[in-house]
Amino acid sequence: MAENKITKLFTQDLVVINMGLESFAENLQAENTEVLQMNWKPPAGGNKQIAALLARLGR
Amino acid sequence: MKIDMEKANQEAASRILSSKPTLIDISTAGRAIPGMEKKKILHAGPPVTWERMCGPMRGAVIGGLMLEGLAGSREEAEKLAASGEITYEPCHHHGAVGPMAGVTTYSMPVWVLENKTFGNKSYCTLNEGLGKVLRYGAFAPEVIARLKWMADVLAPLLRAALHEHGELDMKAMISQALQMGDEGHNRNRAATSLVIRELAPYLVRLDEDREKIAKVLEFMNLNDHFFLNLSMPACKCTVDAAAGIEGSSVITTMARNGTDFGIRISGLGERWFTAPATMVDGLYLPGYKAEDAAPDIGDSVITETGGIGGFAMAAAPAIVKFVGGAPADAIRFTQSMYEITVTENDTYQIPALDFRGTPTAIDLVKVVETGILPAINTGIAHKEPGIGMVGAGLVKPPEKCFHDALEAFVEKYAP
Amino acid sequence: MGRIRKTIVEKDSYYDSVFLMLINKEVKQVPGIKDAVVSMGTEMNLTLLTELGLNSPETATATPNDLIIAAEGDTEAAVDSALNAAKELLNKKKSGGPQEAGAYRPVSLETALKMKSDANLVIVSVPGVHAAREVRKALESGLHVMLFSDNVSLEDEISLKKLAVEKGLLMMGPDCGTAIINGKPICFANVVRRGKIGIVAASGTGLQEVSCIIDQLGEGVSQGIGTGGRDLKNAQVGGMMMLSGIAALKQDPATRVILVVSKPPAAEAAGKVVAELRAAGKPCVVHFVGQEAAPADGNVHYANNLEEASRLAVALLRGQTCTPSRFTAADEEIRALIDREREKMGPEQKYLRGLFTGGTLADEAMIIFEREVGGIYSNNQTRPELVLKDPHTSVRHTIVDLGDDVFTVGRPHPMIDPSTREERITKEMEDPEMAVMLLDIVLGYGSHEDPAGAILDSLEAAKKKAKARGGYLSIIASITGTEGDFQDMDDQRRKLESIGCVVMPSNYQASLLALEIARKGG
Repeated sequence: MAENKITKLFTQDLVVINMGLESFAENLQAENTEVLQMNWKPPAGGNKQIAALLARLGR
Repeated sequence: MKIDMEKANQEAASRILSSKPTLIDISTAGRAIPGMEKKKILHAGPPVTWERMCGPMRGAVIGGLMLEGLAGSREEAEKLAASGEITYEPCHHHGAVGPMAGVTTYSMPVWVLENKTFGNKSYCTLNEGLGKVLRYGAFAPEVIARLKWMADVLAPLLRAALHEHGELDMKAMISQALQMGDEGHNRNRAATSLVIRELAPYLVRLDEDREKIAKVLEFMNLNDHFFLNLSMPACKCTVDAAAGIEGSSVITTMARNGTDFGIRISGLGERWFTAPATMVDGLYLPGYKAEDAAPDIGDSVITETGGIGGFAMAAAPAIVKFVGGAPADAIRFTQSMYEITVTENDTYQIPALDFRGTPTAIDLVKVVETGILPAINTGIAHKEPGIGMVGAGLVKPPEKCFHDALEAFVEKYAP
Repeated sequence: MGRIRKTIVEKDSYYDSVFLMLINKEVKQVPGIKDAVVSMGTEMNLTLLTELGLNSPETATATPNDLIIAAEGDTEAAVDSALNAAKELLNKKKSGGPQEAGAYRPVSLETALKMKSDANLVIVSVPGVHAAREVRKALESGLHVMLFSDNVSLEDEISLKKLAVEKGLLMMGPDCGTAIINGKPICFANVVRRGKIGIVAASGTGLQEVSCIIDQLGEGVSQGIGTGGRDLKNAQVGGMMMLSGIAALKQDPATRVILVVSKPPAAEAAGKVVAELRAAGKPCVVHFVGQEAAPADGNVHYANNLEEASRLAVALLRGQTCTPSRFTAADEEIRALIDREREKMGPEQKYLRGLFTGGTLADEAMIIFEREVGGIYSNNQTRPELVLKDPHTSVRHTIVDLGDDVFTVGRPHPMIDPSTREERITKEMEDPEMAVMLLDIVLGYGSHEDPAGAILDSLEAAKKKAKARGGYLSIIASITGTEGDFQDMDDQRRKLESIGCVVMPSNYQASLLALEIARKGG
């Protein structure tokens, strides 16, 4: 099981989602790799009480 | 967690998608709206008292009382309005919606729609036109006179034509309009043209004075927002079908009364979550500026709740002039709405997005999680009653409503 | 000086912290500016703001989603200039960017997955406090993860790795800076020839060093899997990712030799790793940084340093024997070099100062020194009596890892921003007892565009200063890089050599040479 998924990755074209520092996506693009840059923000704008509520919903 | 939220939301989304809003009749508020009374005034937004009403809504109440013959002057009307003899209730509590002040009184003609899939009905007054009109708080004699003409001439003729024509499929009409540059809230020109087109032959065939018929056609033609009062109840009876589903976090109501912005959630029943209304960020008509603006007001945000309006901004690139942006911005707004909705519409499609369905069924949890607030395009009223529309733009609902609703949702379903 | 203060809050404007630190740095350099802050409104940053006297009524209600731009300067014009400079730099980011103008950037992973339904890897470099939750979402959606973020709890690491193992996925990290997957450099990595040596490394710069040396020797890397620093070191993590990686390379037909690099592992984990390697059915090389190489054990060979590990892997691939050697150059050449470097030194010049940007490279140098001479101070020392009391002040023989947390509070990592090292060079040159300076120059993606050039002036000044005292400063460097890296490795070498630095083929050889030169003194 474990090997198959990772070994499978080794046979695929890398398709990357970049969550965070944009330079990582830029570098991958320079290496002709398909990458989607996210516009990540802290959940609930960093509001801790709301984050706790969301956690109770399993998010 | 006590419920399967995803399943509940899928149910809500599915009901919204399978709804068939249909125009079946024109009647009066008194005859058609359940629970309507002579001394009851329905208004836009969440519950509000006379004391807390904003300028434009007070003006509309005054005009409404005068229209019903309950008061002969402004002073009389204000006294009566504050007396406790008049009951004020949200349109939303009666299956109705109203744009801007949304004031609906007993004798006013109303569109009657039925959601054919689920049988529930919705109601809305007919749109008076632009400028000095009741919904912007005007109550001058010409306003009352126009309202009377609408009740005496406009409504009966349209009713007769409608009955000859047969029921009108609102879903199909909105769907076509979205592919013609409308978005159903701030841009209704195409849909207005379509409804005139449908009814025109039947109006002409009526055994009525030609000039009368001409005036009816002219009236509709001069009002680019005539269809707004149909797109709103169409969305209302659609979204109402998804109300009250146990465990669903889908937003079934968003509405403003000029004082508060309020939302309701499917899985939380009739409960309103309100916060002070926000100001619209937009462009102003010549001679007006931000200081003149009233806070955000009206039930028209039911269109966004139903998956059109600001959610279909990509279908109406012209609208972005009001938000000071380029067509690419309109597309980006719609794209970000997909992040906070449960599904994509299977009927309302956007040509500019390769006919992708509009983002439909707003999920409260996703709104709070991503911090993406529903995008709303709206008109701006002058803060003084009776002056009319002074601009249009984008408004962000207050975050507090969504945070409070989430708290209540979690208390109920994940205690 | 510095009495005008202005602060702006831009609501709902999130930017990542490294980007903001670089802008902060630029803004501070505006003439007439005493101090500046460009950061998100987190609790920590708001406290800092208050300490600097740059808080305002708006900042009191700022959230971690709000951007704060504040400056203190001599004149209003200077402060306005600084604020405008910040805004300009921020706006530049809005227009450019790694996707076609107008491409939508999703806020949620759920939307990202809808947009790229064939995605197979997520790189997570968001603040540590949020990272674990995002990684879990990615793993649960069946994607492999590269977790660059640090400040992820041990508990979370264990739980996430267990989930990854259960799902048969990679979870590289936390604090994993380097990987090479399917020949693509991920995060801080070099452009390395694709080939037949598969690497699993618990160290980012360790992976960089071995992959670059393998490339220089004419071979290539099939896969370079990072595991994060704690993977083998912590008994509870127990090498979960190391073992997953080895198992995958065992199965991978393109991998003919497996190379493992790590800090000394917890005992039980070490046993499991070796057992897994023994059953790999391919030649394997192991280097536990700091541990003396054990004798070969069937197909498992041990190396004493990163360069030897690389040479051993290449030799095994080619079916050759690996000749043990210390230097590539002939002994006479090295002796002559040492003499030449020493001859102009003054009698008081005794000490080695190693100023490193790569933690593992610093450790390697420190271990070599310990083994041969002993008594070397460092901020990374395991022996308490040799830990630098003040990491900013060298004592006798010292090797500093400038990438350590104590140096990177509110500053970008020295591999990204050479100014930390520049400052240290300037400080060290005041010490007349310094004989040798030892440096690592790390190229590749993520590193500064001209690491050698950026410190050249201060290196030259250091040499001049030593000369003015009647002595000579020997500067030894190694370049971790390949011809494929964008910094132009040859040019980097030329720059260093142009001011008299000696550039050695590997960190090991550079460290050894520096050691030999230093020990010849005092």
